[in-house]
Amino acid sequence: MSVPAKTKTGFLDSLEKSPATDIFLKGLWRKNPTFVQVIGMCPVLAVSNTAENALAMGLATAFVLLMSNTLVSILRFVIPKQVRISCYILIIATFVTMADYAIQAMSVELHKALGAFISLIVVNCLILGRAEAFASKNTVETSVLDALGMGAGFTFALFCLGAVRELLGNGSLFGIAVFPASFQEWVVMMLPAGGFFTLALWLFIFNAVKRAKQNKERGKALP
Amino acid sequence: MKPESFWHIFINASLINNFVLAYFLGICPFLGVSGKKETAMKMGGAVTFVMVIAATCAYGINLLLIAVGAPFLQLISYIVVIASTVQLVEMFIKKMSPALFRALGIFLPLITTNCAILGLVLFQTNKGYGFLESIVYALGAGAGFTLALMLMAGLREQLDFAEVPEVTKGTVLTLLIAGILSLSFMGFAGLGG
Repeated sequence: MSVPAKTKTGFLDSLEKSPATDIFLKGLWRKNPTFVQVIGMCPVLAVSNTAENALAMGLATAFVLLMSNTLVSILRFVIPKQVRISCYILIIATFVTMADYAIQAMSVELHKALGAFISLIVVNCLILGRAEAFASKNTVETSVLDALGMGAGFTFALFCLGAVRELLGNGSLFGIAVFPASFQEWVVMMLPAGGFFTLALWLFIFNAVKRAKQNKERGKALP
Repeated sequence: MKPESFWHIFINASLINNFVLAYFLGICPFLGVSGKKETAMKMGGAVTFVMVIAATCAYGINLLLIAVGAPFLQLISYIVVIASTVQLVEMFIKKMSPALFRALGIFLPLITTNCAILGLVLFQTNKGYGFLESIVYALGAGAGFTLALMLMAGLREQLDFAEVPEVTKGTVLTLLIAGILSLSFMGFAGLGG
């Protein structure tokens, strides 16, 4: 996770010159699936009540995304055009079943916390969207990069939400208390409504930043 | 587990644990097609229809998979059933009402990837519902989905005329409303005991 730090400190412009990092960064920042494209929202809202759950969900999704993007890209000349969506869904469902059983084997507790939402990775529009829009048209290497970027972007977004919600709703981060015991927990943040509010807040920040940047560029261009 | 009455299941799925506002299932169409009340209503109808068929099929499939001892195929077979049902509904709507077909646009095939439907099927299996219970559960979930979609569409129609700051327009505003709706739906907790 050293890359997100880099993007923040302004290496962005120099890094974007190489096409490989460009594809990766596109998913992580410029076309972040959650904050910019606003797709695959269901798991984002549902399991982001603690930072740990959010991170686990993000990693599971990233794994499925990586595997499905790779396989779809390998098979892109084999799959007939007419039945491609069904094929993609089957590929995705297979990997999700694998991820589901793997998580259950690693930690029963985590499996319980995430519940049906692991199976629901199948219907995450993000994964099908990348298979259709990117992996079916590009080489294996670029598809892998794309999946890594999008997966990292998705995990990053989930973590952003989960951290805020856990911090405000429970006064802790990764289960470790941050605030003193006198901290009054903001219970709403742990409830479903908190998910909507936190996401709205993050999108608001993203919009505001984008707007400020646009205004600055326009200001530069005019005089 | 003590047997629940049908009424109980229905209220539970539609109001107390509303699929959109409490479980966050089906957020994509919720944000996407909730612009107009009429479209929202029809979308809700289509989703409910797919839900009932999917729930019925899933019940049968589950019995079959347990009989042959292959529960790991559960997810894959469910998604195939849902995809076929959606295809069916799509052809039906295209034939019966081309105008509606155009209005729903890309969101019609996307019902396949609507988590509400797969979620419903998975929950139903987890809860061990019988045949009739599954159908009632599907109807309740569909009604809840339609209700949430309609409420949202009504609010958004009103907000088209409201003056809001430029940055909050679009998704941010929709999410804020959804949050408030979700809060108010919490008032149903405890209904039916």
